[in-house]
Amino acid sequence: MTGTRRRLSPGWLALIVTVLAYAALQTLMSTKVINPYWQQVAGLAGIMAVSALGLNLVYGYTGQFSLGHAAFYGIGAYASALVTRSLGPSIWTLLLGIAAGAVIAGLVAFLIGLPILRLRSDYLAIATLGFGIIMKVLFDNSDAVIPMMGGSAGMTGIARLTNFAWVFVFALGATVVLRNLVFSSVGRALVSVREDELAAEAVGINTTKYKTLGFTLGCMYAGVAGALYAHLYAYLNPFNFDFLKSIDVLLVVVLGGLGSISGTLVAAVAWTFLLEGLRVALPASIQDWRMVIYPLVMVVFMIFRPGGLFSGTEFGFLKPRSARRRT
Amino acid sequence: MTQQSNGVLLSVKDLVVSYGAIRALHGISFEVGEGEVVTLIGANGAGKSTTLNAVSGLVRPSGGEIRFLGRRIDGKPGHAIVRLGLTQVPEGRRPFLGMTVRENLQLGAFNRPKSEISETMDRVFKSFPRLKERLGQTAGTLSGGELQMLAMARGLMARPRLMMLDEPSMGLSPILVQEIFSIISEINRQGTSILLVEQNAYMALRVAHRVYVLETGEVVLSGTAAELRESPRVKSAYLGE
Ligand SMILES: Nc1ncnc2c1ncn2[C@@H]1O[C@H](COP(=O)(O)OP(=O)(O)O)[C@@H](O)[C@H]1O
Ligand SMILES: [Mg+2]
Repeated sequence: MTGTRRRLSPGWLALIVTVLAYAALQTLMSTKVINPYWQQVAGLAGIMAVSALGLNLVYGYTGQFSLGHAAFYGIGAYASALVTRSLGPSIWTLLLGIAAGAVIAGLVAFLIGLPILRLRSDYLAIATLGFGIIMKVLFDNSDAVIPMMGGSAGMTGIARLTNFAWVFVFALGATVVLRNLVFSSVGRALVSVREDELAAEAVGINTTKYKTLGFTLGCMYAGVAGALYAHLYAYLNPFNFDFLKSIDVLLVVVLGGLGSISGTLVAAVAWTFLLEGLRVALPASIQDWRMVIYPLVMVVFMIFRPGGLFSGTEFGFLKPRSARRRT
Repeated sequence: MTQQSNGVLLSVKDLVVSYGAIRALHGISFEVGEGEVVTLIGANGAGKSTTLNAVSGLVRPSGGEIRFLGRRIDGKPGHAIVRLGLTQVPEGRRPFLGMTVRENLQLGAFNRPKSEISETMDRVFKSFPRLKERLGQTAGTLSGGELQMLAMARGLMARPRLMMLDEPSMGLSPILVQEIFSIISEINRQGTSILLVEQNAYMALRVAHRVYVLETGEVVLSGTAAELRESPRVKSAYLGE
């Protein structure tokens, strides 16, 4: 009404920047400036982001240490691949497959979480570690029950139904949903459980319920990521869902910063491209050194930046209005 | 100091709590009436925190019964008991250190309708004006006395009928202890009944209407605060006279 110009809110600005960035990337991809190999890497980065956002919900926000995230990722991958292979490849079966991956991963997480999260302790780490090992064995021998799943030889014949665009949209959606969740009163309840479980119970929060909720939702994220992966890579090998893959995601969450969406997104992209960069730049033999590089990166971070890249903070546009005003 | 009514808020009968093979409470009984300040005093390890934790549902009793407003609450989970109007301010304050004062208070009102939160907050600030100035501050930056105030304020946000306080004086300077205890009296005058657990018997006896003395998991003495102040046993063991 007066002469001053109304300023765009950070949320809208972020959305515009996101759309522009997406358009630029898509243009570079369709003109093959970014070749198909790097397109796939970009897709993997987005998938890692979705999966890691889920683990951040479980560990970073709710404080529940899970060592089996890759198993839920695998469940989502196999479940969705079974759906599209049995019903025929189409956008609809893909969407159905993604939904199935999310629901089944979430259901399994719920069934595991319910008895274990009752206990005020670190049993979840042990239980999910065990669960991850069991799932790997099941994936390895899946052909005995469902031949289509291919067992340790891997599952083939999956249609390449996902591409960078799909992954981008899902990563964006996953970010928006998680952001709205963690800044709601449910989110505050989840964080209170992480901060002090006994105090949370003492103020009237059903800690078992919220732990189970956080764990289930986080594992559903893994399920979605797995489903996207299955239809981007078009080949599933149990090897890709073992304990080390769970550590991979954990590393991204910790490096990005526990309880930070911004950190997870940055770390997921940086980590995926760094690994692929190393794979391209270095001789094959150096691959064996990954398991030395991982802990090393971890130790260096723990010494110099124990809160991860973002130490629990967010980019301005991800913060709720009240928090923005305060800082 | 004579607001005692006949209404019994909390009644605990033959409460037994064991930690594995160790029996911490050997069947204790006590009552808190509407409008009262009741205190359990006892030395370190007497079983005071265990008693409060059993009442608030944080540990499971292995025997006896606990009634709040006539209803059995033993075996109910902690969060359900808070909803009935019984809140505990735990030993060691246990604020959510990474959160702001405002967020801590909002969590205190977790089960209350959102519409009443700002009104409750204003009411709580009357007892704790210092917290109002620190609303946006992270709890981790508060002093010990302020943390105790935050813990009590957070407890009050649930609008309890009965608030249980576990050693509010712990680690505070004498002046702060005085301040905290006068706030406790004031909260009581405004209508909240109080069950207070203390090692600082001198202060507890000053604000309480009735007292139970706990020794190694058993109630060994009880009576009005005036009576127990004169008891030779209390004088020598707890008041250092
Ligand atoms: N979690 C626990 N596990 C085992 N023993 C405990 C536990 N908590 C308290 N105790 C024991 O129970 C007894 C009573 O402790 P507590 O209720 O904390 O006493 P107070 O609060 O009066 O200092 C003590 O002997 C203590 O060692
Ligand atoms: Mg104690």
